[in-house]
Amino acid sequence: MATSSLPPLDIQRAPEGGEIGAIQSGWRLALREFMNNRLAVIGFGMLIFFVLFSFVGPLIYHTDQLDTNLTLANLPPSGAHLFGTDTSGFDELGRMMKGGQAALEIGFFAAFVAIVIGTLWGAVSGLAGGIVDSAMMRVVDVFLSVPFLFVVLILAVKFGATVLSLSLVIGGFAWQVPARLVRGEVLSLRERDFVLAARTAGSSSWRLISRHLIPNSLGVVIVNVTFQVADAILAVAYVGFLGFGLHFPNVDWGDQLSTGSTYLEDGYWWLIFPVGACIVLTVMALNFIGDALRDAMDVRLRRR
Amino acid sequence: MLTYLIRRVITSIIVLIGVSIFIFLLLHAAYPSPARAALGLLARPAQIAAFNKANGYDDPVVVQYLHYIGIIPNGGTSPDLLKGNLGYSYVENQSVFALFQERVARSAYLSGISLVIAVIIALPLGIFQAVKRNTIGDNVATSAAFILYSMPSFFLGLILIQVFALSLPIFNFEASQSTNVWYVMGDWYSMTLPIFTLALITVAAFSRYMRSSSIDVLAQDYIKVARAKGLPERLVLLRHLVRNASLPMVTLIGLSLPALLAGNLITESLFNFQGLGLLFFESLNKVDYAVLLAYTLAGAVLVIAGNLVADIALTVADPRIRLA
Repeated sequence: MATSSLPPLDIQRAPEGGEIGAIQSGWRLALREFMNNRLAVIGFGMLIFFVLFSFVGPLIYHTDQLDTNLTLANLPPSGAHLFGTDTSGFDELGRMMKGGQAALEIGFFAAFVAIVIGTLWGAVSGLAGGIVDSAMMRVVDVFLSVPFLFVVLILAVKFGATVLSLSLVIGGFAWQVPARLVRGEVLSLRERDFVLAARTAGSSSWRLISRHLIPNSLGVVIVNVTFQVADAILAVAYVGFLGFGLHFPNVDWGDQLSTGSTYLEDGYWWLIFPVGACIVLTVMALNFIGDALRDAMDVRLRRR
Repeated sequence: MLTYLIRRVITSIIVLIGVSIFIFLLLHAAYPSPARAALGLLARPAQIAAFNKANGYDDPVVVQYLHYIGIIPNGGTSPDLLKGNLGYSYVENQSVFALFQERVARSAYLSGISLVIAVIIALPLGIFQAVKRNTIGDNVATSAAFILYSMPSFFLGLILIQVFALSLPIFNFEASQSTNVWYVMGDWYSMTLPIFTLALITVAAFSRYMRSSSIDVLAQDYIKVARAKGLPERLVLLRHLVRNASLPMVTLIGLSLPALLAGNLITESLFNFQGLGLLFFESLNKVDYAVLLAYTLAGAVLVIAGNLVADIALTVADPRIRLA
């Protein structure tokens, strides 16, 4: 890396993080590192593809996803139905787009819920220290010990599954890892001079958390977001596959696969493998991005 | 070391109490009283109230929790955890413990052997990948692990059924239906696909971790010393790399227990294997909260115990931790 490419130091505009100039170019370096990672770019491309496929696709490829038509049931792929039709006569490709909407909406919303809860929990715990910190971390341990999928399934049975309820339930039980990550960051940040300075200037704890600690621990949170989305999409698929997913007229990929799997012996492959590939590719794209972000943020791995 | 172990055990007990409160609150919110299930749909409100009173379901929540734990004895059907009583299922008209007892051996066999097979595959694979880093073999294994890692286990199971049971009829597409565990163990025709469905997903996570752990160890000074003093490469790998790189696996096995339980649920449902996972799935359909929450609690206890055992084993195995 050539030193000349660094921006000129500007002490006046230095971020509150205290590391003059370094933070700004740190983000820029991370971005460049990310763009140089081939898998990251592929993953990002795949994710964009699935977003367009799910949300723009239905505008181009019109299908009827409301009226069952049993005369059209289980047709193999043809010009009229590119990926065939399912047991109720719905166009499979159109159904995959609809399932993709559910997967992505729940995935991103659940990740958002998990990140918000986890970041706040971790920041408060780390800043408070002492017995409050210990108690809050034991709560995290409790949530980590209870098998996640079991609780999600029980709550899906109890409250019924909608995009909103599944997102809240999955996000509400997936915030432990970001909480631990943010707490770890805050434990080191709170000893730094800029926190002392902010305290001396009379900042309240809330201001300290919202203006100083959380912005400075965003790095670890961002790395975790994509993994959260990937895990949430897998969780929805599991819930759907077991038959406790979204209700008609909504559909999720797991539910589609479950219906298709009963026709495995009849050789209706188009009901199973395209949907399965959608799940695997979307989750893989997110994992690619997550791995690349983690490497890009990790100063030790950075090429100098 | 002793102080560390004692503190670790105390933490586990605190978490255990936390889990019991958590599960109790969930049970209380979802299923406050089994009166309807016990008395039938035609029960009158007065009868329900009488049932609740007789069995302590109208006590304050804290008292009900103490009933649940078994500190205050209860005359009725609530669980009594300290006595090993997991509650009563009015849907099955059987105690939850008896339901578990029928099936636990089959689930333990499926999960246990899958875990063993996963470790047997992942350990050498990860070391091989680290030693032959960035060769074709490593890249193929990494890609395969990446795909498996992103794959829901039911999709992997369906692919295995399609290939090895339908296209090439080598194995059965349904797990063994025998109630005799010894027979199930010998029934490779029916058990191979469920076992490998569960094992391969675990292999993906373990081998990725094993690879990076081996790469870390390979960069250590003691490896350089071993090589510099002229130790044959085979011995460097066996004596120094394998031992040190395998240590984190102990923790990883402990941490993978929730995923293993979830995998067990999916695999048993997919292959119709009469174990605890399938019992949970059937109870979801019958909305049998007594069984659902008892199994969730049992799973959480297993996870806590597994992590504790892993930490103790690691402390004993690794002198760097033992002496610190």
